[in-house]
Amino acid sequence: MADASAKPFSIKRQTGFGFIALCCFVLLYTPILILVLYSFNAGTSIAIWEGFSWRWYEAAWQNERVVDASITSLKIAASAAFLATVCATLAALATTRTEPYRGITAIYAAINQPLMVPEIVTAVALLIFFAMIKVYTGYQGLAYLIIAHTAFCIPFAYLPIRARLENMDLSLERAAADLYANPWQTFRHVTLPLMAPGILAGAMLAFVISLDDVVITEFVKSGGQDTLPTYMLGQLRRVITPEINAISTVFLAISVAVVTVFFLLNRKGSSSS
Amino acid sequence: MTDTAAPSQQSSTSGADAGVAARKKDVRNRWLLASPALTVIFFAALGPLLIMLVYSFLQKGSYGGIVWSFSLDGWFNVFLKRDIFDDTLGFADGHLSIFWRSLKLSFGTTVFALLLGFPTAYYIATRPANLRPVFLFLITIPFWTNLLIRTFAIMEVIRNEGVVNTLLMSLGVISSPIQMLFTDFAIMLGMVYVYLPLMVLPLYASMERLDFRLVEAGYDLYATRLGVLRRIIVPMVKPGIIAGSILVFVPSLGAYVTPRVLGGGKNMMLGNLIELQFGQGRNWPLGAALSITLLVIVMVALLFYVRNASKSGVKSHG
Repeated sequence: MADASAKPFSIKRQTGFGFIALCCFVLLYTPILILVLYSFNAGTSIAIWEGFSWRWYEAAWQNERVVDASITSLKIAASAAFLATVCATLAALATTRTEPYRGITAIYAAINQPLMVPEIVTAVALLIFFAMIKVYTGYQGLAYLIIAHTAFCIPFAYLPIRARLENMDLSLERAAADLYANPWQTFRHVTLPLMAPGILAGAMLAFVISLDDVVITEFVKSGGQDTLPTYMLGQLRRVITPEINAISTVFLAISVAVVTVFFLLNRKGSSSS
Repeated sequence: MTDTAAPSQQSSTSGADAGVAARKKDVRNRWLLASPALTVIFFAALGPLLIMLVYSFLQKGSYGGIVWSFSLDGWFNVFLKRDIFDDTLGFADGHLSIFWRSLKLSFGTTVFALLLGFPTAYYIATRPANLRPVFLFLITIPFWTNLLIRTFAIMEVIRNEGVVNTLLMSLGVISSPIQMLFTDFAIMLGMVYVYLPLMVLPLYASMERLDFRLVEAGYDLYATRLGVLRRIIVPMVKPGIIAGSILVFVPSLGAYVTPRVLGGGKNMMLGNLIELQFGQGRNWPLGAALSITLLVIVMVALLFYVRNASKSGVKSHG
């Protein structure tokens, strides 16, 4: 290639681009690293370093509202990720490996709709709609949040599952059918195991997306249904202590872990097919 | 599933009929399979938008909510207002300035994200093939972490008591903290920060396929580095530039968390104006009309994106 040392003039180089790229990475990571660093601050400031301590993690752990919000977050994320993954798996089966049929574009558009509408618009629309239902039924539970989260998680779960299905080899399913497996047996013993990495990846994305949501949750929640992000949003108006940093750090660690596993899964999946 | 069974049913005589019947059944099954997803999305995303459209044409209730009678006041109030004293009509300066600020900040965010993202994407695309996924992973990680936390991280850095001001003051560069938080600058910095990955990824996708023989030809013909960048590279990655710009512009325009956290109460954007109508403003029809206005602007931008994407798709095939 032109990079070889024989030629001192590299055609790929552009002056200053490496420096800007470096700035870009510094910009992306410095604020997060500072946030993490000050979660270990022994003092109450988020700017003056007073030594290392775990005190803010302990404080967060003992804060009942933080614990409650975490449990609510996990409940919603787990339910929404499960429901969204089931819906998305079925939808992916419905829209891949076929000749275009009437309405397939409409199905695509509907599934991707939550990605296109600004979150604030969906949030106020849900506020209006659920306010109507709340008046009629009197029900105030978590189901509103779960269904709202399920809706915007579906496109995220759908994408990796669909990608997996499209790259799958049809010959194994044909072989199963040739060996007198009925469609259900073929699906259960051949298609589903082959789809599994895609489904797992989809479920993980949905889980992270649900866990991260602020705007829709903020508008849909009833009293006492704070999730961790909405709790944090409320706290930002008050005096901020490193406790928020500690909560954020734990949150970041979970997201990064899930996304890393997702990437590894995806790479393994794409290299095997 | 079902399509695997179809070929075996095509026997000699009624082959065509059976094929058509099997296909019909297949399509019906596919609609059934899609129905749970469609139901959820209709119930908790699409349907509520339609209800909101209806609400925008109703009269506002005095304590929030609506009164079920037709009125154009909601739409009327998007851009105009009636003077409370002499009943004359005038432009709703407050709303217009928020529209203007939203457009201005979103545009600025897009430009800065492009200025930062273009060289970064180019840099990644010109690394050895085994290093590129690592760089891409580093770009993607912040994108999947919580937006609120990233916004909060920026807030901590630029507060008056934050790291930047503390550092500058201890170095003696400034004697009193620079007010950065709760300004338009803060909102724009925050949005560039949170949406930067959305710029880098599509840019990278189009740069990865860049044909460097053309770049080489440019140099052979005595083009300067800038000349090659301007007249060869930029035109070839234009679809990526447009895609990235729209992917940054659209969420910036609808931003709610970033202006709320970094802009304080004064520096509102459209998202916050909408929220206000459902909170203290108690004007749901106006809020609904504003939401639909925002939605329409976003849809126009996305339509532009889709048309651009399909055009460039045709080009790359032909």
